[in-house]
Amino acid sequence: MKQEFTISVFTEDHIGILGQITIILTRRQINIDSFTASESAVKGVYLLTIVVNTTSEMVQKVARQMEKLIDVLKVFVHTSDQIIYQEIALFKVTTNGLMSGNVIDHIVRSHYARILEVSPEYMVIEKTGNKIEISELLSQLEPFGLLQFAKSGRVAITKQVKELNAYLKEMDEANRYKTEPTLN
Amino acid sequence: MKTEQEKEQATMELNGQEHITGAEAILQCLIEEGVDTIFGYPGGAIMPIYDKLMDYEDRLRHILTRHEQGAAHAAQAYAMVTGRPGICFATSGPGATNLVTGIANAFLDSVPVVFITAQVVSGLIGTDAFQETDIIGVSMPVTKWNCQVKKPQDIPEVIAKAFYIAKTGRPGPVLIDITKDAQLEKLNFKYKKCDYIRSYNPHIPLHTKAIESAAIMINHAERPLILAGHGVLISGAEDELKAFAEKTGIPVASTLLGLSGFPSDHRLFTGLLGMHGNYGPNLLTNEADLIIAVGMRFDDRVTGNLKKYAKKATIIHIEIDEAEINKNVIVDVEIHNDAKEALRCLIPLVKENSFEKWIREFRICDKIEYEKVIKPETKPDKGEIRMGEVVTLISEITKGEAIIVTDVGQNQMYAARYYKFNHPNSLVTSGGMGTMGFGLPAGIGAKIGRPDKIVVTFVGDGGLQMTIQELGTILQYNVPVKIIVLNNNFLGMVRQWQDMFFEKRYASTKLVNPDFVMIANAYNIPAKKVSKREELRSSMEEMLAGEGPFLLDIVIEKEGNVFPMVEPGSSVSEVRLTY
Repeated sequence: MKQEFTISVFTEDHIGILGQITIILTRRQINIDSFTASESAVKGVYLLTIVVNTTSEMVQKVARQMEKLIDVLKVFVHTSDQIIYQEIALFKVTTNGLMSGNVIDHIVRSHYARILEVSPEYMVIEKTGNKIEISELLSQLEPFGLLQFAKSGRVAITKQVKELNAYLKEMDEANRYKTEPTLN
Repeated sequence: MKTEQEKEQATMELNGQEHITGAEAILQCLIEEGVDTIFGYPGGAIMPIYDKLMDYEDRLRHILTRHEQGAAHAAQAYAMVTGRPGICFATSGPGATNLVTGIANAFLDSVPVVFITAQVVSGLIGTDAFQETDIIGVSMPVTKWNCQVKKPQDIPEVIAKAFYIAKTGRPGPVLIDITKDAQLEKLNFKYKKCDYIRSYNPHIPLHTKAIESAAIMINHAERPLILAGHGVLISGAEDELKAFAEKTGIPVASTLLGLSGFPSDHRLFTGLLGMHGNYGPNLLTNEADLIIAVGMRFDDRVTGNLKKYAKKATIIHIEIDEAEINKNVIVDVEIHNDAKEALRCLIPLVKENSFEKWIREFRICDKIEYEKVIKPETKPDKGEIRMGEVVTLISEITKGEAIIVTDVGQNQMYAARYYKFNHPNSLVTSGGMGTMGFGLPAGIGAKIGRPDKIVVTFVGDGGLQMTIQELGTILQYNVPVKIIVLNNNFLGMVRQWQDMFFEKRYASTKLVNPDFVMIANAYNIPAKKVSKREELRSSMEEMLAGEGPFLLDIVIEKEGNVFPMVEPGSSVSEVRLTY
């Protein structure tokens, strides 16, 4: 059964890593629903947050293939309930359409959105939230003459307690001290 | 009074550094890594490296092939027989793109090859300059790692990293693309081998829990089967595999690339797996109650229809590449470790055992296969010469001591099925890619890597003509490789499929061939054409007696088919013995 997964890929700063990751998804015919790249809490380590819709078997396979890439440090796969995530959307609407009465005020307040800029021709509204919240606001604004709409990819924080640093330390130890067979 | 430059020079010498060009640094790096042989082809952008190579002729031997693809295959074969990374040079643009088939081939078969390509000067990158290709982009999906170098001072570190990545973990090809200006400018040279990359960990701690569970399963199994893959050879686990199999008494079957990792004449050896593998191991995979897969990846040519594969078996998978575990076959115990280390740990935990009744089932299958396939194939008394008898004869005459190189297709399947391999790494073949044209250049690379061994290359008349220009390489360097052309005037394997699945409609598989003996002679290579059975042995002996290269063009039965066969989409237990 297909469902939504958020893949967090921690990488070194190496040119071409993005291409390598998209190749893996392309080969398996997986569409990227959303994509964000940013620096992580660890200096020099980058975080790519990729949202895909696929089966849990397939997401495990592609995650292992991503982790196999030389410049990838660690890959985590999460379902939506295992993470806290937000997306940001900007709406540009005609000022005329929204100036009548206190409609604008009502919409903005009830959606916990905010107005970034107002001019005689247009105004820009910002909304941070999840996909559903953003699409709800979108549907309410559409009748008033939507000029532009842009939405970011997902940014996500995991609920797990073990952080990247702990993994990096473990990997480092395993890497430096080649383990000798201990069973006997 | 010393100039500033001289002072700097003196300080560097004190620090063990030299002030040399990027091109020279590349060669020094290779020497530091123990390289003595390079396969390649020059061109515009790589000229600074080739120019410097003349000063290093005493330490670095360069083999000029006739096409970059030939250099790539030769370097791969060299790596497969020596256990050291192969090195391959090519220039920018077409030089680099001509390597791609060879790179992909090495990638699918996990062979360490360091490809060094030249690139146009850094200022021209991205402008569609003459002979500029984005080889980093092109080679990305078929290399373990690749990197472009634009500054000479980055050369030592990148090359050190490339060697480390190519050799360790699951080996594979790496490509370094070096701009012409980086080759020409100077740097302060100092080399340090790489043994650590933060994001890459080839030394995986032993999964002792998984190994303990595996041992319990092995100790309770009634019909266990070991599937040995290329990983056994790569990790050098031949002795461990033998000790493990002998202690547990478990029969061993091999993948194509796993051949020669376990002695063919061992009482526990049951043969080759897969589409044209032996009857027993295919049929009985579906009767096994435990499968111990060692260093293999459950390729579709091995498993047949996955939905009907090994359904009665619990599966233990020992594999160094985690991405291969649960990729095709869902396994019960994952041992994500090096084959040698995992087996070494497993041996003391398993009990001594024997499975005579189970092994007898394999022997019954062997008898059936012998009567229906092997005997008519290897001991025909009439009709034209068959591929099976040629390979069997070579196996007998060389006593299993030769290194066998193959091209792809029927010749490859016959060589794999009928040669009796006794020594590790004595088969060089294109497994995952199935690259026609691999045989001739790979034969050259194998012979150059192991001059002490007899190297016999089996090629079909189709594959030979895909890289036939490499006869020029044999001529130039007098490479004493023995070439056997299994000549049926057909693209035999494709024709077999047309015969079986396309109503004998032989679309574009019939070949009108030149006189291969004349061609070989034109390259000063002794050659002989054989079409009579009674001349086979004597001509082979003549071929092997000479010290130089030799081409034996053997006229083979036109429409012979390789059996057994697991048809595409069929289960391994539906393996067919006859038409």
